[in-house]
Amino acid sequence: MRTETEVGYNTKIEGDVIVTRVDAALNWFRKNSIWPMPMGLACCAIELMAAGASRFDISRFGSEVMRFSPRQADCMIVAGTVTYKMAFAVKRIYDQMPEPKWVIAMGACASTGGMYRSYAVLQGVDNIIPVDVYVSGCPPRPEAVLDALIKLQNKISREPVLEKLTAVAAFKS
Amino acid sequence: MATVQDIEIRDSAARTAQAADELQDVQGDKMVLNMGPSHPATHGVLRIVLELDGEIITRADPDVGYLHRGDEKIAENMTYTQFIPYTDRLDYLAPLANNVAYALAVEKLLGIEKDLPLRCQYIRVMCAELARISAHLLGLGAFAMDMGAVTVFLLIFTEREKIYNLAEAISGARFTTSYTRIGGVMRDLPPGWLDQCQKFCDEFIPALSEVETLLTRNRIWVDRVRNLAVISRADAVDYGLSGPNLRGSGVEWDLRKNQPYLCYPDLEFDIPTGSIGDCYDRYLVRMEEMRQSVRILQQCIQKIPGGADNKTNELVNVPDGKVVLPPKQKVMTKMEELIHQFILVTQGMNCPPGEIYFGHENPKGELGFYINSRGGGTPYRMKIRAPSFVNLSIIPKIFPGCLISDTVAILGSLDFVMGECDR
Amino acid sequence: MLPSELAQKLKTRFGDLISGPAEFRGEITLKIADAEKIVEVCRYAKNNLDFNYLVDISSVDNYGEDPRWTVVYHLRGLTHGGELRLKTDVGEEKSELPTVTTVWKTADWHEREIYDMMGIRFRGHPDLRRILMWEGYPYFPLRKDFPLAGKPSELPGVAFTQPAPLEGGPFITVAGGEDAIHREPRVRNPEE
Repeated sequence: MRTETEVGYNTKIEGDVIVTRVDAALNWFRKNSIWPMPMGLACCAIELMAAGASRFDISRFGSEVMRFSPRQADCMIVAGTVTYKMAFAVKRIYDQMPEPKWVIAMGACASTGGMYRSYAVLQGVDNIIPVDVYVSGCPPRPEAVLDALIKLQNKISREPVLEKLTAVAAFKS
Repeated sequence: MATVQDIEIRDSAARTAQAADELQDVQGDKMVLNMGPSHPATHGVLRIVLELDGEIITRADPDVGYLHRGDEKIAENMTYTQFIPYTDRLDYLAPLANNVAYALAVEKLLGIEKDLPLRCQYIRVMCAELARISAHLLGLGAFAMDMGAVTVFLLIFTEREKIYNLAEAISGARFTTSYTRIGGVMRDLPPGWLDQCQKFCDEFIPALSEVETLLTRNRIWVDRVRNLAVISRADAVDYGLSGPNLRGSGVEWDLRKNQPYLCYPDLEFDIPTGSIGDCYDRYLVRMEEMRQSVRILQQCIQKIPGGADNKTNELVNVPDGKVVLPPKQKVMTKMEELIHQFILVTQGMNCPPGEIYFGHENPKGELGFYINSRGGGTPYRMKIRAPSFVNLSIIPKIFPGCLISDTVAILGSLDFVMGECDR
Repeated sequence: MLPSELAQKLKTRFGDLISGPAEFRGEITLKIADAEKIVEVCRYAKNNLDFNYLVDISSVDNYGEDPRWTVVYHLRGLTHGGELRLKTDVGEEKSELPTVTTVWKTADWHEREIYDMMGIRFRGHPDLRRILMWEGYPYFPLRKDFPLAGKPSELPGVAFTQPAPLEGGPFITVAGGEDAIHREPRVRNPEE
């Protein structure tokens, strides 16, 4: 369901105040402060580090810190090949992340198993966790990772947050 | 078609109990700590089960295999050329070096390593040395960042981006380059590459000196890594260490000098060795190796036959149609080249039956390929002797007696890569 | 001292146990007839001929031949720089040979990997368990009769595997075979 972000602003009347919907405001806060949890498994982790370094600066987009603890992170970036041996650990860490959480599958190996069609590689991390954005490339350039982040931000901005929160509150009470 | 898998995660108490069962002699006051596969300081997916007595480690058991992708089995089902992208992802900090190692191994099997044109050898040496600088930089940056010196990480990434630019100009990909081919390289140097390389060398030494002023004589750094995890000469040789880990313990063994390949005999460089074998020595060995690599690069830039623009039209591939793809104009017009192209792409080059082992001096150590061939274009068995796999086997020996906070320093100084360890 | 001379010394010491030396591309290979004697040969090579560095232990699956397994040891002496390759055969029914961890400690992890991938056991190994796959994985992946795509398995709480989608591939020539026609991929049934 799409929500339109509406911002009303008239300097003569409000001054430094803007009027908007709760949905738009909450989404705006969430999308501009996505703290990633890098599940850096293989070569894509190096490009993820490059995206975090000074040339491609991921913190411009709000991902100020790479939180290695799942309890403090919003988005899990699965960067690298997920083997069957590692799969349960990835799932366990995903379960430990608090809502709201998103997943970016970075690279060919995380999206579909990549060029490793073998006995030990999980063919795509979406077999065990729900993925929001897939990034292709082996490894994807840091610009592609930033593009994925922007796509995720657009996806977050369309989410009907208030409806979900009120539904949860009504369910609990 | 995606299938959804239901996974049941047992609760943490059951898992801790199971981990305790793995170490038989856990008694009373010893605690078992799992330094899990997902950890910021384990440089990839390494799991170490530590048995602790307070803060002191009494036993350490590394658990590798979380990145085991089945490379060796895949190699039995690929032609030699098709396996080159898989070699990139072995030591993914220095993909150019892995490409060079693999190409040299297959060329040794074919028996054509002496026929490589000189320009090709110089290009490969330059690629290997750039990869060495790149890998040591990241090893250093990760080591320093884990110990808390975050500035170093950002400084080295700036230099690494310059190497990425060079790699992108030469092969098209920043990172996993797949640049070498059996019998040569993918293509010749682009115009202006040597000047770019020279500019990098000129800018790199001051940047490295800046990093050194931050770390080498820093009181905190020295206190943390001096006399930590000393590996004696006998242990280093017995446990099969290689590369800077072996040289840090005082053993003078470098494959570029002791079993030379390519054009290394024509180049002048020194091999730094440590004296004690502690973490500080390994760190210093890596720093000095980077300076020596720059020295090699500058010599190559001066000496490469054909110079920057290859005005004398030196070859970069072995002129053998049965090994190297012929030029496209000839493939489209002549019959013999068409047949060569067809056979090489569909069946691969016809290697003689036999077996070889070739060890290459990679940044992490000795990357070796044991290829057992029964004729044809695919290997019958390819074993990749990964330096990180062997380097990690010394962990149960050097961890006991150290504090928990030392584990990060030791892992950083061993400088391993899980992609290579698990293959 | 040249590797060929060292190989000759080894041959004179052990006599009929060692056949060879075969030379290919500048490397010397010696074949050891009895796998049980490998420890003595290695210990002699280390102590007397100064091969103090074990580079690698590999295993080869000669599927369809008897003996099925070949274990290959790569020795190197750091002082004299010589290299030597020792090969020994093990039959499938036995699938066991003594460990050389008492000679070089680095053999520990190499032998664990050979056990994990091929299923060859090493008698006397201090801790022979799987290293790359998980404990309880029922197959030995590098054997020739194990498909590249893998087989389904389930170990609740630890790991699961499913066969990877190869779509009938890999479409590649077979190694061996006396000419191009025998190496043609379409000769071989992809399900094998």
